[in-house]
Amino acid sequence: MSLIEEIDYGTPASKSETMVTLTIDGNEVTVPEGTSIMRAAMDAGHQIPKLCATDMVDAFGSCRLCLVEIEGRAGTPASCTTPVMNGLVVHTQTERLKKLRKGVMELYISDHPLDCLTCGANGDCELQDMAGAVGLRDVRYGYEGENHVFAKSPGKTDGCSNDNWMPKDESNPYFTYDPSKCIVCSRCVRACEEVQGTFALTISGRGFDSRVSPGMSESFLGSECVSCGACVQACPTATLTEKSVIEIGQPEHSVVTTCAYCGVGCAFKTEMRGEEVVRMVPYKDGKANRGHSCVKGRFAWGYTNHKERILKPMIRERIEDPWREVSWDEAFSFAAARMRGIQKKYGRDAIGGITSSRCTNEETYLVQKLIRAGFGNNNVDTCARVCHSPTGYGLATTFGTSAGTQDFDSVEHTDVVLVIGANPASAHPVFASRLKKRLRQGARLIVIDPRRTEMVESPHVKALHLPLMPGTNVAVMTALAHVIVTEGLVNEAFVRERCDWSEFEEWAAFVAQPKNSPEATAILTGVDPKDLREAARTYATGGNGAIYYGLGVTEHSQGSTTVIAIANLAMATGNIGRPGVGVNPLRGQNNVQGSCDMGSFPHELPGYRHISGDAVRDQFEALWNVKLNPEPGLRIPNMFDAAVEGTFMGIYVQGEDILQSDPNTSHVVAALSAMECVIVHDLFLNETANYAHVFLPGSSFLEKDGTFTNAERRIQRVRKVMTPKNGMADWEVTIGLAKAMGFEMKYGHPSEIMDEIAALTPTFAGVSYAKLDELGSVQWPCNEKAPEGTPVMHIDGFVRGKGKFVVTEYVATDERTGPRYPLLLTTGRILSQYNVGAQTRRTDNVVWHAEDRLEIHPHDAEQRGVRDGDWVRLKSRAGETTLRAEITDRVAPGVVYTTFHHPDTQANVITTDYSDWATNCPEYKVTAVQVSPSNGPSDWQKAYDAQARQSRRIVPAEAAE
Amino acid sequence: MSPDRLIYMANQIGTFFRSQGHGKAVPGIAEHIKKFWDPRMKRAIFAHLDAGGAGLEPDVREALTSLQAASLPAAP
Repeated sequence: MSLIEEIDYGTPASKSETMVTLTIDGNEVTVPEGTSIMRAAMDAGHQIPKLCATDMVDAFGSCRLCLVEIEGRAGTPASCTTPVMNGLVVHTQTERLKKLRKGVMELYISDHPLDCLTCGANGDCELQDMAGAVGLRDVRYGYEGENHVFAKSPGKTDGCSNDNWMPKDESNPYFTYDPSKCIVCSRCVRACEEVQGTFALTISGRGFDSRVSPGMSESFLGSECVSCGACVQACPTATLTEKSVIEIGQPEHSVVTTCAYCGVGCAFKTEMRGEEVVRMVPYKDGKANRGHSCVKGRFAWGYTNHKERILKPMIRERIEDPWREVSWDEAFSFAAARMRGIQKKYGRDAIGGITSSRCTNEETYLVQKLIRAGFGNNNVDTCARVCHSPTGYGLATTFGTSAGTQDFDSVEHTDVVLVIGANPASAHPVFASRLKKRLRQGARLIVIDPRRTEMVESPHVKALHLPLMPGTNVAVMTALAHVIVTEGLVNEAFVRERCDWSEFEEWAAFVAQPKNSPEATAILTGVDPKDLREAARTYATGGNGAIYYGLGVTEHSQGSTTVIAIANLAMATGNIGRPGVGVNPLRGQNNVQGSCDMGSFPHELPGYRHISGDAVRDQFEALWNVKLNPEPGLRIPNMFDAAVEGTFMGIYVQGEDILQSDPNTSHVVAALSAMECVIVHDLFLNETANYAHVFLPGSSFLEKDGTFTNAERRIQRVRKVMTPKNGMADWEVTIGLAKAMGFEMKYGHPSEIMDEIAALTPTFAGVSYAKLDELGSVQWPCNEKAPEGTPVMHIDGFVRGKGKFVVTEYVATDERTGPRYPLLLTTGRILSQYNVGAQTRRTDNVVWHAEDRLEIHPHDAEQRGVRDGDWVRLKSRAGETTLRAEITDRVAPGVVYTTFHHPDTQANVITTDYSDWATNCPEYKVTAVQVSPSNGPSDWQKAYDAQARQSRRIVPAEAAE
Repeated sequence: MSPDRLIYMANQIGTFFRSQGHGKAVPGIAEHIKKFWDPRMKRAIFAHLDAGGAGLEPDVREALTSLQAASLPAAP
């Protein structure tokens, strides 16, 4: 294992298919038209000295170090900005060039500190490399002149300060900005613009006064900077450096792995010294992120060695007792005896489990296998129940498979982007950057969201925003369809060829009814009919139209209906089956796609095959050597109901905090309290663990091998870089528990689990660790027909055969506003925090978001006498909590909004039991509430806090001797 | 399980299928409940049906009746 150093070609690759041949230093080179001479030289293995060029951003031509001579041309052009041409003869090293380059470097170094030995970038400094490359041996100008280096002007003894000098900015928790080391190459500024799309950085001043400036000479933390790390990665000197590198030193080896945060699935190089992580650097060959990252994956990995991590198994008789640290064996046998005891007393179906969308495919597969084959029932579910289960139902019904249709590269070919109920800038930031790049190139954006999200307005991007009332998605989607059908914008050729025509006709007749017009539905949706018509026309006729959607679509009582409506729209306009179009659910967690693929739903075996199918069951029964139950099991909300009723008494929860993340917390508390055995398998004593009898410590993504599947169906390797701190990878823990319950599963390595998955799941048939190592990643289906995977689905026909149009009648939710609860609460996420916050709250990301706040419109705030920052009481029919208010017109009057990252706020005390008609996915996005001024925490919060403190007491194990 | 919650869920399913017309709605509802409800939920709703089925929408009642006739789930 060594440090993976990716080649920097200096300028981005050209996508041209026309090839050009030229001669560089006597070697003939053939490259795509549009390639720079610099890149062509690198292709041929000749590295031209450079400072301001890097292949993540466009050429800039400012450092004058990459000069070359071209036969027949005058002067010494910069190789980064000069494109190749047929027949050029280029020389990269001549006497003239050597002299010029040395002169340039001499000037740079005359204004640069010479503290190389103690510098944080020592061993990783391009400036130092270039000084070496050009043979700089002397700086004739001296260091006494005007400079940016010294706090005090050298030679002046009167203490007179150097006005050009600026102190280090250490405001960002993860990296420092040292202006004295800056060579103003502007790579950071361009990375912020071109890669991230935030435009937080600029160069202020001119000539010698030029400085990199966050915002208007603000601190990094005080500016618009989102801490994605692109600037740090781009910096060729120690100007922008990770604090971890400054503290630890340069890494000595690295391992490519996959981020464990959101569903984008960024590939990272984990750069290490021994078993210590030095930094995470986005991997340029990562096909989801293409070398970019966000603040979570890049920097927020400190939770993996946080002091609150639990490393020893623990048990207790009753949840009122303190935890008792025990050996793994004791924990397993205690858990097994309880679970089997429950089955004896209450029946085989009285226990179940929840697989984790944060764990690997292999681990998820094992948990569902344990439940189906070991527990002998199908009471297995996963967090997708509460997020994207309607996607599963809706897309399976219409297209025949329950996954996104595209890869992320597809967005580069999109002309119109329709974002519905999603805020990628916060929840899927690396995809958002890729999307914004395309938008800056001219693609158009339509955002359907109750809130004016960060996507609606960002630098050089202006969306057509349809601010709808929460809960009216179906009415809006059907109104869009109404415009497309009644204005003759349907792609009839596509529909006739690819879809069931009679179902289409039925659907078209339905949407064309006057009651579905934008004008008729405006009274419900609040959307301006003129804007809605424009959006429909743009999507239908503006070229390649792609739909991206999130939980704002699914987490409604009509979640599945909206997904169906989205699929109808894509089929009617022919926007499916090629790059640039499609229907793309933005999956929340790192492996939520994978956990669904792996048979985590109670009605489906791996590969989305219904448990009632005899042929499918036969396959599994033969390999697992057990008889499987053909009846579907309980879904998470049904488990809670059954627990309260007394027929579901034991649960094994891997890597999921159901107490904090599921709706109507009091109901969840009642359910968990009623159970006789709750086994929590996690990194931390999460909120669910307050009601647990067994705690099995988990391992972080750095401590195990496996695979994650991202929102593009891309299967990527997770690689172990350190020994599990708890002593066992999660897959080994599940095997241990299973064994204690009398169900043996024998695997020596997760690759063997993947081999079993491939043998049993047609869409995974071609997947193996060997193939993943060879190709980097594959998108399922990966089998004989598509040995290298499937970037775009439904190309020649839908998976189900003919695309199915389904009528989508709008039905108002039963969660209604009224005099007592006049406002609608909707919820969402913020960039720096992740879901229940168990990970991100244990990192420095809290500097950006230390608490959940309630966004409220100035009009509603004034009516209630609420000022910005005041504590307010938020009350619904389900419960009440308190938090502080933030007054903003991002939300419309009548709508309030909060995030759900902090357990002391507990937004889910407020949310209700209403759920999607098809899948029981909770209706998180619509809750009728009242807001009033408050003095402090509610009774619920006080009682909750007291119970949590009581429950988290630990009695350490006594020493063995 | 509490029949109220199950009746509510069954009627919600019924509402979606109703717009497809009676002919498609009844088998649609029956199929959905068959595919997604756990045996104890089915038993509870059938028991409620046997007790008169108060609160169930007509399409839903018809669907449940046909489902009950077709597939009585085995006791655990």
